[in-house]
Amino acid sequence: MNEERYTRLKKIIKIYLPEDVSVDDISAQSHFINELNINSANLVDIVLDVEDTFGIMLENDDMDQMQTVHDALLIIDKKLTDK
Amino acid sequence: MTPNEIISVLPYCKPFLFVDELMHVDEKGAKGAYAFDGKSDFYKGHFKDAPVTPGVILTECCAQIGVVSLGVYLLGNSIPKHLQIALSSSEMEFYLPVFPNDRVVVTSQKKYFRFHKLKCTVKMHNSEGKLVCKGAISGMFKVKADG
Repeated sequence: MNEERYTRLKKIIKIYLPEDVSVDDISAQSHFINELNINSANLVDIVLDVEDTFGIMLENDDMDQMQTVHDALLIIDKKLTDK
Repeated sequence: MTPNEIISVLPYCKPFLFVDELMHVDEKGAKGAYAFDGKSDFYKGHFKDAPVTPGVILTECCAQIGVVSLGVYLLGNSIPKHLQIALSSSEMEFYLPVFPNDRVVVTSQKKYFRFHKLKCTVKMHNSEGKLVCKGAISGMFKVKADG
């Protein structure tokens, strides 16, 4: 796992965490909706911020596959490799 | 889609339809109008003996004209038979009261429409052309045909 990308991703997620979830609760295995209590609308905002931060574009399929933090990192890695 | 076609697929009816007409809709935004019916039930209680249109109703009017109507236009032919939508966030500031029977004009500008989420900035002006409220509203559009 690329630590630098993970740190940058956590910084984005942190903005959209509800008040009852702390940044320390985030792990690579965290499920965005079920564990971090992020709603689907905020998940879109996370994806848009990921696009800006990493200079990549995500498609609908990527969004569907992005269930956990780890999924997000895999997608980021793949997009950066394909770039 | 023409403005009349858009209104016909909006998933609202009386007493919760707050769109009378759409003057303009394109890729970037929507403009429409609504005249608040002075006989609406909420005026009896908001406020007692001093009817003023509730802010939540103004927000709803902004959402129906500015966000939902625009979303229907942007979805175009991919619109499902039973459109499902949900308000996901609203941040509004209010400047002037809207009294019964006043006609307001709502304009919206698309910020983005990605992954079924439409975010817009909205403005409402009263019949004198004065700014009533403005803000940002987002909604999610469910597009799965089987949903």
